[in-house]
Amino acid sequence: MYEHDVLIIGAGLAGLRAAVEAEKLGLKTAVLSKVHPVRSHSCAAQGGINAALGDRGDDWTDHAYDTVKGSDFLGDQDAIEIMAREAGDDLIELEHMGVVFSRQDDGRLEARAFGGQRVPRTFFIGAITGSAMLHVLYEQAIKHDVQIYEEWFVTKLIIEEGVCHGAVAFNMHTGEMETIRAKSVIMAAGGAGRVFEPSTNALICTGDGLALAWDAGASLMDMEMVQYHPTTLAGNGILLSEAARGEGAHLLNSEGDRFMERYAPEFMELASRDVVSRAEQTEINEGRSINGNVLLDLRHLGKTFIEERLGYLQEVAVEFRGIDLSEHPIEIRPGVHYIMGGIKTNVDGATVVPGLYAAGECANVSVHGGNRLGANSLLDTIVFGRRSAQAAAEYVKTAAPSVSTDEHLNAEKSRIQDLLDRPKGIRWAAVRNELAHSMTEGIGVYRDQASMEGADAKVDEMRAKYSQVSVENKGKVYNTDLIFTLELDYMINVAKTITQGALMCKESRGAHSRTDMPDRDDENWLKHTHVFKDDDGVRTETSDVTITQWQPVERVY
Amino acid sequence: MPETETTVKTVTANLKVYRYDPEVGDAKPYYQDYEVEVEDWFTVLDALIKIREEIDGTLSLRCACRASICGSCAMKVNGEAKLVCKTKLDSVWSPGETVTVDPPGNMPVITDLVADFKPFWDKVRQVKPYMQPTGPVPTAEYLAPNEDMVHLAGVMNCIMCGACVSDCTVLEVDKSFIGPAALAKAYRFVADPRDGKKKERLGELNGDAGIWDCTRCMQCVEVCPKDVDPMERIMVMRDQAIEEGYTGTSGARHTESFVNSVRRSGRLNETRLAIESMGVMNIPGQISMAPVGIKALLKGKLPSPLDHKIPSKAAVKKIVEKSEETSK
Repeated sequence: MYEHDVLIIGAGLAGLRAAVEAEKLGLKTAVLSKVHPVRSHSCAAQGGINAALGDRGDDWTDHAYDTVKGSDFLGDQDAIEIMAREAGDDLIELEHMGVVFSRQDDGRLEARAFGGQRVPRTFFIGAITGSAMLHVLYEQAIKHDVQIYEEWFVTKLIIEEGVCHGAVAFNMHTGEMETIRAKSVIMAAGGAGRVFEPSTNALICTGDGLALAWDAGASLMDMEMVQYHPTTLAGNGILLSEAARGEGAHLLNSEGDRFMERYAPEFMELASRDVVSRAEQTEINEGRSINGNVLLDLRHLGKTFIEERLGYLQEVAVEFRGIDLSEHPIEIRPGVHYIMGGIKTNVDGATVVPGLYAAGECANVSVHGGNRLGANSLLDTIVFGRRSAQAAAEYVKTAAPSVSTDEHLNAEKSRIQDLLDRPKGIRWAAVRNELAHSMTEGIGVYRDQASMEGADAKVDEMRAKYSQVSVENKGKVYNTDLIFTLELDYMINVAKTITQGALMCKESRGAHSRTDMPDRDDENWLKHTHVFKDDDGVRTETSDVTITQWQPVERVY
Repeated sequence: MPETETTVKTVTANLKVYRYDPEVGDAKPYYQDYEVEVEDWFTVLDALIKIREEIDGTLSLRCACRASICGSCAMKVNGEAKLVCKTKLDSVWSPGETVTVDPPGNMPVITDLVADFKPFWDKVRQVKPYMQPTGPVPTAEYLAPNEDMVHLAGVMNCIMCGACVSDCTVLEVDKSFIGPAALAKAYRFVADPRDGKKKERLGELNGDAGIWDCTRCMQCVEVCPKDVDPMERIMVMRDQAIEEGYTGTSGARHTESFVNSVRRSGRLNETRLAIESMGVMNIPGQISMAPVGIKALLKGKLPSPLDHKIPSKAAVKKIVEKSEETSK
């Protein structure tokens, strides 16, 4: 039995930022992750982190409005105001921790342009911003001597009388299951991109945190809001950063036209991601594609510029496609990248389950609404990772100590033993791939009632099939076969909340673009969707969007 | 060497994969052969994933991002460390051949292709891998030249995959060596104008198992999938350690003696190099070298301690001066 004030599940940017804060506040802190912290998917963020710095003429309210507009007015404006207002201090703090942000000639931080924003306010390190930040936060975790359960896998949150008291998890190196008691838990376990195929996401992004919190009684809010990133490689879905377009790259169709001038005459390639992805999909659907793709053209930027500011993109293009970006355009298309939806929290990261907090991609504060702006995700992880630790610190002052027995542990042990004891059946991979392909088909850039119902029925079919999945590896040591089987269970639950959220929403807004209901309906549908766990499966609700100072207007780029 | 065990499936690419199950009684590693249908765009990782998804669910390996940024999947491919997600299968294999995949070297194996990175991270912790500014903290950002930050970003390109450590020829014989990854990490602070502990850091790295233990074999530079160039970082720290006054190591004396000899005579004086590297006043050290010296003398292999003059001495001197000028 282990005991902590706060257990943080996930060791990406949100989890590590929360951990450093909790440690500074004197909490007995532990971080748990199924991968080593620096392997977390935050490392894949490329383009940068947004902040409006007042000392160079930017204004946080402009950043807030760009974010509200980007969200298609679905983001809660109180949360967006907090994120935009606190961004500057958090950015400077990161710099003081040692992040090697790019500089202007005068030695101050340099910003690049990014999608959906009127001024450059995206601070960056080449095209490795997420990685460079993650490694620095891990350095800080070492400095503050944060305890890390490295390569541990959570199977269940411990909920007693409606209050969260920790988790049941196993050490992947030994297979031993343990109760990890904690007065509070911060869920920071990242996104669920692998529920779709292809996806830019790492193979580890299986929605574990979303499913665990949902199972514990939390609401998953706006799950239909799945971001398709405009520039991903066909086949394996690998991401090419928005930084390319931020630095001036063009999008071309098969006829060589910069087609964005027909969809977003002012912002062109730097319109919001949902807008650009839809434009690309329309070009592709109408036959102006190259092998089902359009082209990203960086040639005019020049080799030196590309290698210094977009080096990682060049590496990806060369390694995975054999293309030198300074000589040839590269084929790209929209691909699943991020989930705006997530565990509903208030502006302090608190969920409806006392003791359970959430931050980062698995959470929904909501600052991204129907569409996240590029480089707002890193900011979200830092601001709300920090705030959730601060709120947890307040909570644990009065929280009753856990009285949990071995009951939860024993129940989990026997559940997993049953899984291992199943007679030889089907492989997890077959179900996972079928699920993920159907989700991309049904919950695409464009969707309609029939496609969403198809995906929803498929999820039920996969749930039924799951009972026949068997685990081939019966061992205890680093049994990835077992882990993938457990992840698949999470993925099916997350997929169900996505299809249910999507079916609920009778309009088009942000990433939820219905061909059968193409208009935004502010009168009836300026609402969040909620999907809860229920005895019969799921229970759905809606709630109002918080509006402080910006009434919805037509969204034009 | 592990023994080979064969399982045959539908043909196209042949992979020979290191297997190790610590839970079986005698727990010996062995190679398992797999035949996997591959497509021309496959990476080594794609082939391994296909094995675990379709052929053998018991094969364990680490991988996450598939895009050479998370650092999970460093393994030995045909004996050399690679990030398998960015290694195209056809760059290491052609039809009819077999490609061999082993876990990364210089680390204990947990199971199959999964290595225990604990020693790796312990070395990283050893270099105090976090910024330690000393002056007053500015209210805004630290002012820093962009070229310094771009240079450091090149080092921050390191994803801690362990490829360099896997193939480090010093670690193969001396487990205490801090190693290329942790030393590159240390360099990232030594070279950061915002860090206030450059001298202290160099002082610690100057000690045993530190910067002077690298043999400059270049293997870390060869296998690094992110062009971090760990060896070059180590060499720069050697120069900086000497500049900071850390001249009391055999490594520093070796460097000094080498340069002096070439500058003086145009040639390397190997006998003086050995004596001066050990430290002229280091009597026990000198005595310890005596048997080797006597043996070499008897076999006629001990060069004269007097400098051999060469005809183009002036030209060599010019080269030395020029190189010192450009490296400044």
